[in-house]
Amino acid sequence: MSFTQSFRLAIKSLLTSKMRALLTMLGIIIGVAAVIIITSLGNGMQNYMNAQFDQLGANLIQVQIWGLGGGMSSRTIEPDDMYELVDKYPQYLAGVSPYVMTQGLVRHGSDEYKRTSIYGVSEFFYDEQRNQVLSGSKLGEGRFLSYVDVARYQNVCVVGSYLARDAFGGDALGKTITVNGTPFTIIGVMAEYADSTEGSGDDVIFIPYGNAMRLNGTGWVDLYLFNSADKDTASLAKGIIESRLYKTFQTDDVYYIMSSAEMMDAMDSMLNTLMLILILIAAISLLVGGIGIMNIMLVSVTERTREIGIRKSLGAKGKDIRSQFIIEAGTTSAIGGVIGIVLGIIMANVLTNVIAFALGTGNDGFVAIPTLGGIAVSFGVSVGVGILFGYLPANKAARLNPIDALRYD
Amino acid sequence: MEHLIEFNDVYKIYQMGEERIHALDGVSLTVDKGEFVAIVGSSGSGKSTAMNIIGCLDVPTSGTYHLGGVDVSTMDDDQQAEIRNKMLGFIFQQYNLIPKLSVQENVELPLLYAGVGAEERHQRAIRSLERVGLADKCRNLPSQLSGGQQQRVSIARALAGDPSVILADEPTGALDSRTGREVLAFLQKLNAEGDTVVLITHDNSIAVKAKRIVRLQDGRIIYDGDAHDPRAVVQPEEDTDSIVGFDDTPSHREEARA
Repeated sequence: MSFTQSFRLAIKSLLTSKMRALLTMLGIIIGVAAVIIITSLGNGMQNYMNAQFDQLGANLIQVQIWGLGGGMSSRTIEPDDMYELVDKYPQYLAGVSPYVMTQGLVRHGSDEYKRTSIYGVSEFFYDEQRNQVLSGSKLGEGRFLSYVDVARYQNVCVVGSYLARDAFGGDALGKTITVNGTPFTIIGVMAEYADSTEGSGDDVIFIPYGNAMRLNGTGWVDLYLFNSADKDTASLAKGIIESRLYKTFQTDDVYYIMSSAEMMDAMDSMLNTLMLILILIAAISLLVGGIGIMNIMLVSVTERTREIGIRKSLGAKGKDIRSQFIIEAGTTSAIGGVIGIVLGIIMANVLTNVIAFALGTGNDGFVAIPTLGGIAVSFGVSVGVGILFGYLPANKAARLNPIDALRYD
Repeated sequence: MEHLIEFNDVYKIYQMGEERIHALDGVSLTVDKGEFVAIVGSSGSGKSTAMNIIGCLDVPTSGTYHLGGVDVSTMDDDQQAEIRNKMLGFIFQQYNLIPKLSVQENVELPLLYAGVGAEERHQRAIRSLERVGLADKCRNLPSQLSGGQQQRVSIARALAGDPSVILADEPTGALDSRTGREVLAFLQKLNAEGDTVVLITHDNSIAVKAKRIVRLQDGRIIYDGDAHDPRAVVQPEEDTDSIVGFDDTPSHREEARA
């Protein structure tokens, strides 16, 4: 009995009882669809996160220092120490900028902006080649802070697109905005980064970090943003910074260094673990589906006892009968697998739209993309499950005594 | 000369609880190529068991069975399947066509299991269907045919593999007498064309269509000879000696034999 014959026969017997076939496949369909949806969502999530990280800069390393001031004033890190580090290891570190977050009231005329984020940075915060700042957004018009601005505590600033639009109607260059009563001249406007609403990533002001420290009334910088020269050497760069900080503080309790690349890896592996767990749960459905197939195949073997007897009397060997039923089970689960894959892809598309709508990110945001691997594996597993669970009924059929089988009604 | 079918002191014993039932009780029998033999007997005579063993569906408890010179009594299931496929063509009372398959696919089945290629399989199936006059129905399903036609399809299927022996088990049992006669006439025609036919039946009127009759009773052969001999069709009397109070005299018996 050839494979194509068995296959045709299997299709035929599936078509003669469509409802039963569908119910048999249901477990497999649900299991496969679940695996496809989960892998699609996971894949989409990973892509989305990677894109976010890329925008932020995969080379970004954040250095947070605390426990300063107080009794440890003799041990301090100055921005110059950090600059020195970059000068010393240009092959690993591309740049560094202090990152001073400040609370303050931003005012233009009678308009008050209470939710605006104020960041004190140095000229290195802006990467001219990429036309991008370390926190990810791009410069829209004008220029960024310069060395002179920073060194001389110039009261200049770069504003986000929300402020430029809301306060100045889009024409902000050269205008003045006050922060805690100090007027700052706007020398640049950032391109839209988020959605240009209040409190978003577009509601920001960048000022020289010295000015920000003055506004804060603090004498030290507690946050630095480094840019590693290469994503792959980010952990080496991190090590360099770490040893420098340790040299000063003689303890690793007072600072925390986090590289985007490492964080990305950590997130990726977390996501992968999560996905694996979900896929395992979905796999239980495949198992249940397989048991469903086994159940129906056992019924089918009983129903077709006479057919088995006829085939055996005509010269079918045990293995012919066995392979016929195994192919039938495999075909059933494979068709279930294909239906599940199609269903899963459709569901992933629907979910993409739902999530995009919920996040308000539009089309370039989160997209659940079915992975070829996910499709191949779930199809393979569904066929495998059919064959595995088809084996027992097929073996039962193969071992039927032809005399009894022929007499069976 | 080598016999086609050769039973040598064949016993088939079933264990039914405490009881041992001798379905075949020392049967020796030979059938040669080109014969048309009817194995006759009432139910329980052992004719079904004999057919199962001739058909390689079962093996004897003791004794040997040679089919075409090969000892098949010690073969395993798969070897028997191969012998069935190559040497035997079955015709059953209930036709035993597979309802899902078309007439042609049914006829092709033995060739399929013999590993014959698709092209040759189709041709041989059609040729076989032509012999029974049903080539035009090859695309039909069995359920679309009459009983007589279905039985002819099953004959075509039995012929498709060019078997050495055609084994017909009550082939007319499910047919009306007219169609039954047609089927028997067809078996006679096959035999006339050189095929060896073994017919299993309980019905004397059918058995006499064969050339030779082998009558079984209680697992033993009680008659083996020409079908036209009157003794071949005499209903055998019961073994009543052991039954107390049964009025059956020896003279009675002699009369019946004559």
